[in-house]
Amino acid sequence: MIPLAHYLVLGAILFALSFIGIFLNRKNLLIILMSIELLLLAVNMNFIAFSAFLGDLGGQVFVFFILTVAASEAAIGLAIIIVLFRNWSTINVTDLESLKG
Amino acid sequence: MTFYQLTFYFFASVVVLAATAVVTVKNPVKAALFLVLAFVGASGVWLTLQAEFLAIVLVLVYVGAVMVLFLFVVMMLDIDIAAMRAGFTRYLPLGLVIAALLAGELVFVVKGTFSGEEFSSLQMLGADYSNTKALGAVLYTDYVLVFELAALVLLVAMIAAISLTHRKRSASNKAVDPAIQVVVRKEDRLKIVDLKSEKRVSS
Repeated sequence: MIPLAHYLVLGAILFALSFIGIFLNRKNLLIILMSIELLLLAVNMNFIAFSAFLGDLGGQVFVFFILTVAASEAAIGLAIIIVLFRNWSTINVTDLESLKG
Repeated sequence: MTFYQLTFYFFASVVVLAATAVVTVKNPVKAALFLVLAFVGASGVWLTLQAEFLAIVLVLVYVGAVMVLFLFVVMMLDIDIAAMRAGFTRYLPLGLVIAALLAGELVFVVKGTFSGEEFSSLQMLGADYSNTKALGAVLYTDYVLVFELAALVLLVAMIAAISLTHRKRSASNKAVDPAIQVVVRKEDRLKIVDLKSEKRVSS
Protein backbone atom coordinates (compact mmCIF):
# COMPACT_ATOMS: atom_id res chain seq x y z
CA MET A 1 0.00 0.00 0.00
CA ILE A 2 1.05 3.58 -0.63
CA PRO A 3 1.30 5.82 2.44
CA LEU A 4 -0.02 9.38 2.48
CA ALA A 5 3.53 10.74 2.66
CA HIS A 6 4.29 9.57 -0.89
CA TYR A 7 1.41 11.57 -2.32
CA LEU A 8 2.42 14.63 -0.29
CA VAL A 9 6.05 14.33 -1.44
CA LEU A 10 4.84 14.09 -5.05
CA GLY A 11 2.84 17.27 -4.48
CA ALA A 12 5.89 18.99 -2.94
CA ILE A 13 8.14 17.99 -5.86
CA LEU A 14 5.56 19.22 -8.37
CA PHE A 15 5.20 22.50 -6.47
CA ALA A 16 8.97 23.04 -6.39
CA LEU A 17 9.34 22.20 -10.09
CA SER A 18 6.71 24.72 -11.14
CA PHE A 19 8.33 27.20 -8.76
CA ILE A 20 11.62 26.79 -10.68
CA GLY A 21 9.61 27.26 -13.85
CA ILE A 22 8.60 30.77 -12.82
CA PHE A 23 12.26 31.56 -12.03
CA LEU A 24 13.71 30.18 -15.27
CA ASN A 25 11.11 31.50 -17.67
CA ARG A 26 10.63 34.87 -16.04
CA LYS A 27 10.48 36.58 -19.45
CA ASN A 28 7.87 34.41 -21.09
CA LEU A 29 4.34 35.16 -19.89
CA LEU A 30 2.94 31.99 -21.45
CA ILE A 31 5.28 29.63 -19.58
CA ILE A 32 4.64 31.56 -16.36
CA LEU A 33 0.91 30.94 -16.84
CA MET A 34 1.60 27.23 -17.46
CA SER A 35 3.71 27.09 -14.28
CA ILE A 36 0.84 28.59 -12.30
CA GLU A 37 -1.42 25.84 -13.64
CA LEU A 38 1.14 23.29 -12.42
CA LEU A 39 1.27 24.96 -8.98
CA LEU A 40 -2.50 24.62 -8.69
CA LEU A 41 -2.24 20.96 -9.78
CA ALA A 42 0.26 20.31 -6.97
CA VAL A 43 -2.11 21.88 -4.43
CA ASN A 44 -5.00 19.81 -5.79
CA MET A 45 -2.89 16.67 -5.41
CA ASN A 46 -2.50 17.37 -1.67
CA PHE A 47 -6.19 18.15 -1.27
CA ILE A 48 -7.26 14.87 -2.88
CA ALA A 49 -4.68 12.82 -0.94
CA PHE A 50 -5.90 14.22 2.40
CA SER A 51 -9.52 13.84 1.33
CA ALA A 52 -8.98 10.16 0.51
CA PHE A 53 -6.97 9.31 3.61
CA LEU A 54 -9.20 11.19 6.07
CA GLY A 55 -12.42 9.96 4.43
CA ASP A 56 -13.79 13.48 4.02
CA LEU A 57 -15.29 14.48 0.66
CA GLY A 58 -14.90 18.19 1.44
CA GLY A 59 -11.38 18.15 -0.01
CA GLN A 60 -12.61 16.84 -3.34
CA VAL A 61 -15.35 19.47 -3.46
CA PHE A 62 -12.68 22.09 -2.86
CA VAL A 63 -10.58 20.71 -5.72
CA PHE A 64 -13.67 21.04 -7.91
CA PHE A 65 -13.85 24.75 -7.11
CA ILE A 66 -10.09 25.23 -7.55
CA LEU A 67 -10.42 23.70 -11.02
CA THR A 68 -13.23 26.16 -11.80
CA VAL A 69 -11.20 29.16 -10.67
CA ALA A 70 -8.07 27.90 -12.47
CA ALA A 71 -10.00 27.50 -15.72
CA SER A 72 -11.39 31.03 -15.54
CA GLU A 73 -7.97 32.38 -14.57
CA ALA A 74 -6.40 30.68 -17.62
CA ALA A 75 -9.12 32.05 -19.92
CA ILE A 76 -8.75 35.65 -18.69
CA GLY A 77 -4.94 35.41 -18.57
CA LEU A 78 -4.75 34.21 -22.17
CA ALA A 79 -7.18 36.94 -23.25
CA ILE A 80 -4.95 39.55 -21.60
CA ILE A 81 -1.88 38.04 -23.33
CA ILE A 82 -3.63 38.29 -26.71
CA VAL A 83 -4.56 41.94 -26.12
CA LEU A 84 -0.97 42.66 -24.99
CA PHE A 85 0.44 41.05 -28.11
CA ARG A 86 -2.02 42.94 -30.33
CA ASN A 87 -1.01 46.31 -28.86
CA TRP A 88 2.72 45.88 -28.24
CA SER A 89 3.65 42.87 -30.44
CA THR A 90 5.50 41.32 -27.51
CA ILE A 91 4.76 39.26 -24.43
CA ASN A 92 8.25 39.56 -23.03
CA VAL A 93 7.86 40.58 -19.39
CA THR A 94 10.91 42.89 -19.50
CA ASP A 95 9.39 44.89 -22.38
CA LEU A 96 6.16 45.56 -20.51
CA GLU A 97 7.41 48.49 -18.49
CA SER A 98 5.02 51.30 -19.41
CA LEU A 99 3.72 51.45 -15.83
CA LYS A 100 7.31 52.07 -14.61
CA GLY A 101 6.78 49.57 -11.83
CA MET B 1 5.56 -4.52 -5.59
CA THR B 2 1.89 -4.87 -6.38
CA PHE B 3 0.18 -3.62 -9.53
CA TYR B 4 -1.44 -0.86 -7.47
CA GLN B 5 1.91 0.51 -6.32
CA LEU B 6 3.36 0.10 -9.80
CA THR B 7 0.50 2.22 -11.20
CA PHE B 8 1.10 4.97 -8.68
CA TYR B 9 4.87 5.14 -9.22
CA PHE B 10 4.44 5.01 -13.00
CA PHE B 11 2.00 7.92 -13.09
CA ALA B 12 3.96 9.86 -10.45
CA SER B 13 7.15 9.62 -12.52
CA VAL B 14 5.22 10.66 -15.63
CA VAL B 15 3.98 13.75 -13.77
CA VAL B 16 7.43 14.70 -12.48
CA LEU B 17 9.20 14.17 -15.83
CA ALA B 18 6.51 16.04 -17.76
CA ALA B 19 6.59 18.94 -15.28
CA THR B 20 10.38 19.12 -15.61
CA ALA B 21 10.00 19.23 -19.40
CA VAL B 22 7.34 21.98 -19.19
CA VAL B 23 9.69 24.37 -17.42
CA THR B 24 12.84 23.52 -19.43
CA VAL B 25 11.90 23.01 -23.10
CA LYS B 26 12.56 25.84 -25.54
CA ASN B 27 9.44 25.65 -27.65
CA PRO B 28 6.19 26.86 -25.98
CA VAL B 29 4.14 24.43 -28.10
CA LYS B 30 6.15 21.53 -26.69
CA ALA B 31 5.73 22.99 -23.19
CA ALA B 32 1.95 23.02 -23.67
CA LEU B 33 1.98 19.42 -24.90
CA PHE B 34 4.12 18.32 -21.93
CA LEU B 35 1.64 20.11 -19.65
CA VAL B 36 -1.07 17.92 -21.20
CA LEU B 37 1.04 14.86 -20.35
CA ALA B 38 1.47 16.14 -16.78
CA PHE B 39 -2.30 16.51 -16.42
CA VAL B 40 -2.92 13.02 -17.76
CA GLY B 41 -0.36 11.62 -15.29
CA ALA B 42 -1.96 13.54 -12.42
CA SER B 43 -5.32 12.14 -13.47
CA GLY B 44 -3.83 8.64 -13.15
CA VAL B 45 -2.48 9.44 -9.69
CA TRP B 46 -5.92 10.68 -8.63
CA LEU B 47 -7.41 7.40 -9.84
CA THR B 48 -5.19 5.53 -7.38
CA LEU B 49 -6.70 7.78 -4.68
CA GLN B 50 -10.21 6.65 -5.73
CA ALA B 51 -11.19 10.14 -6.89
CA GLU B 52 -12.61 8.97 -10.22
CA PHE B 53 -14.86 11.94 -10.87
CA LEU B 54 -12.09 14.52 -10.48
CA ALA B 55 -9.70 12.39 -12.54
CA ILE B 56 -12.18 12.43 -15.43
CA VAL B 57 -12.92 16.14 -14.93
CA LEU B 58 -9.19 16.89 -15.06
CA VAL B 59 -8.88 15.16 -18.42
CA LEU B 60 -12.10 16.60 -19.85
CA VAL B 61 -11.78 20.18 -18.61
CA TYR B 62 -8.01 20.65 -18.63
CA VAL B 63 -6.81 18.52 -21.51
CA GLY B 64 -10.01 19.03 -23.48
CA ALA B 65 -10.60 22.74 -22.98
CA VAL B 66 -7.92 24.72 -21.16
CA MET B 67 -4.92 23.18 -22.90
CA VAL B 68 -6.57 23.53 -26.32
CA LEU B 69 -7.02 27.22 -25.47
CA PHE B 70 -3.33 27.39 -24.51
CA LEU B 71 -2.27 25.74 -27.77
CA PHE B 72 -4.44 28.10 -29.81
CA VAL B 73 -2.86 31.13 -28.13
CA VAL B 74 0.70 29.75 -28.40
CA MET B 75 0.24 29.15 -32.12
CA MET B 76 -1.43 32.54 -32.72
CA LEU B 77 1.41 34.53 -31.17
CA ASP B 78 4.61 34.95 -33.15
CA ILE B 79 7.10 35.20 -30.31
CA ASP B 80 10.87 35.38 -30.34
CA ILE B 81 11.93 32.34 -28.34
CA ALA B 82 15.64 33.24 -28.24
CA ALA B 83 14.99 36.60 -26.54
CA MET B 84 12.68 34.88 -24.06
CA ARG B 85 15.39 32.40 -23.13
CA ALA B 86 17.92 35.09 -22.21
CA GLY B 87 18.95 34.70 -18.57
CA PHE B 88 17.78 31.07 -18.44
CA THR B 89 21.16 29.75 -17.24
CA ARG B 90 21.74 32.82 -15.08
CA TYR B 91 18.71 32.13 -12.93
CA LEU B 92 19.08 28.33 -12.96
CA PRO B 93 21.32 28.05 -9.82
CA LEU B 94 19.20 30.44 -7.74
CA GLY B 95 16.01 28.73 -8.86
CA LEU B 96 17.39 25.28 -8.11
CA VAL B 97 18.56 26.33 -4.63
CA ILE B 98 15.22 27.91 -3.70
CA ALA B 99 13.23 24.99 -5.13
CA ALA B 100 15.44 22.47 -3.30
CA LEU B 101 14.95 24.39 -0.05
CA LEU B 102 11.20 24.54 -0.59
CA ALA B 103 10.87 20.86 -1.49
CA GLY B 104 13.25 19.89 1.35
CA GLU B 105 11.20 21.79 3.93
CA LEU B 106 7.93 20.33 2.66
CA VAL B 107 9.33 16.77 2.67
CA PHE B 108 10.75 17.33 6.18
CA VAL B 109 7.35 18.42 7.50
CA VAL B 110 5.53 15.61 5.70
CA LYS B 111 7.92 12.94 7.00
CA GLY B 112 7.66 14.30 10.53
CA THR B 113 3.91 14.78 10.72
CA PHE B 114 2.16 12.42 8.33
CA SER B 115 4.20 9.21 8.57
CA GLY B 116 2.10 7.70 11.37
CA GLU B 117 0.28 4.37 11.28
CA GLU B 118 -3.11 5.96 10.54
CA PHE B 119 -1.74 7.42 7.27
CA SER B 120 0.04 4.28 6.10
CA SER B 121 -2.65 2.87 3.85
CA LEU B 122 -5.79 3.90 2.08
CA GLN B 123 -9.13 2.39 3.02
CA MET B 124 -10.31 0.52 -0.07
CA LEU B 125 -13.89 1.29 -1.00
CA GLY B 126 -16.08 -1.43 -2.49
CA ALA B 127 -17.08 -1.73 -6.13
CA ASP B 128 -20.61 -0.56 -5.26
CA TYR B 129 -19.31 2.79 -3.98
CA SER B 130 -19.84 5.62 -6.44
CA ASN B 131 -17.47 8.56 -6.04
CA THR B 132 -19.54 10.71 -8.43
CA LYS B 133 -22.75 9.99 -6.50
CA ALA B 134 -21.14 10.78 -3.13
CA LEU B 135 -19.61 13.97 -4.47
CA GLY B 136 -22.91 15.05 -5.99
CA ALA B 137 -24.71 14.39 -2.72
CA VAL B 138 -22.54 16.92 -0.85
CA LEU B 139 -22.11 19.31 -3.79
CA TYR B 140 -25.85 19.93 -4.21
CA THR B 141 -26.67 20.12 -0.50
CA ASP B 142 -23.88 21.45 1.74
CA TYR B 143 -22.04 23.37 -0.97
CA VAL B 144 -24.93 24.48 -3.18
CA LEU B 145 -24.34 28.21 -2.64
CA VAL B 146 -20.63 27.90 -3.42
CA PHE B 147 -21.57 25.84 -6.46
CA GLU B 148 -23.76 28.70 -7.74
CA LEU B 149 -20.91 31.13 -7.03
CA ALA B 150 -18.57 28.96 -9.12
CA ALA B 151 -21.04 29.20 -11.99
CA LEU B 152 -21.00 32.99 -11.57
CA VAL B 153 -17.18 33.01 -11.63
CA LEU B 154 -17.23 31.13 -14.93
CA LEU B 155 -19.80 33.55 -16.36
CA VAL B 156 -17.70 36.56 -15.34
CA ALA B 157 -14.61 34.92 -16.84
CA MET B 158 -16.44 34.30 -20.10
CA ILE B 159 -17.69 37.90 -20.34
CA ALA B 160 -14.23 39.25 -19.43
CA ALA B 161 -12.41 37.09 -22.00
CA ILE B 162 -14.84 38.00 -24.78
CA SER B 163 -14.92 41.73 -24.02
CA LEU B 164 -11.11 41.86 -23.77
CA THR B 165 -10.43 40.24 -27.11
CA HIS B 166 -13.43 41.52 -29.07
CA ARG B 167 -12.41 43.86 -31.91
CA LYS B 168 -14.43 47.05 -32.32
CA ARG B 169 -15.86 47.48 -35.82
CA SER B 170 -13.96 49.96 -37.96
CA ALA B 171 -15.48 52.77 -40.06
CA SER B 172 -14.63 51.00 -43.29
CA ASN B 173 -16.70 47.98 -42.31
CA LYS B 174 -19.93 48.08 -44.32
CA ALA B 175 -21.68 45.29 -42.43
CA VAL B 176 -25.08 46.19 -40.99
CA ASP B 177 -25.26 46.45 -37.21
CA PRO B 178 -27.35 43.48 -36.04
CA ALA B 179 -28.89 45.61 -33.29
CA ILE B 180 -30.42 47.92 -35.92
CA GLN B 181 -31.26 44.97 -38.09
CA VAL B 182 -33.41 43.17 -35.54
CA VAL B 183 -35.51 46.19 -34.48
CA VAL B 184 -36.49 47.08 -38.03
CA ARG B 185 -40.26 47.25 -38.58
CA LYS B 186 -42.32 46.60 -41.65
CA GLU B 187 -43.41 50.26 -41.86
CA ASP B 188 -39.80 51.46 -42.23
CA ARG B 189 -39.15 49.65 -45.44
CA LEU B 190 -42.42 48.66 -47.07
CA LYS B 191 -45.00 51.01 -48.55
CA ILE B 192 -48.34 49.60 -49.65
CA VAL B 193 -49.80 51.56 -52.51
CA ASP B 194 -53.48 51.30 -53.39
CA LEU B 195 -53.74 51.03 -57.18
CA LYS B 196 -56.99 51.00 -59.09
CA SER B 197 -57.44 48.06 -61.33
CA GLU B 198 -57.33 48.81 -65.06
CA LYS B 199 -60.47 48.39 -67.12
CA ARG B 200 -60.20 46.07 -70.07
CA VAL B 201 -60.70 47.85 -73.31
CA SER B 202 -63.12 45.88 -75.41
CA SER B 203 -62.52 46.10 -79.09
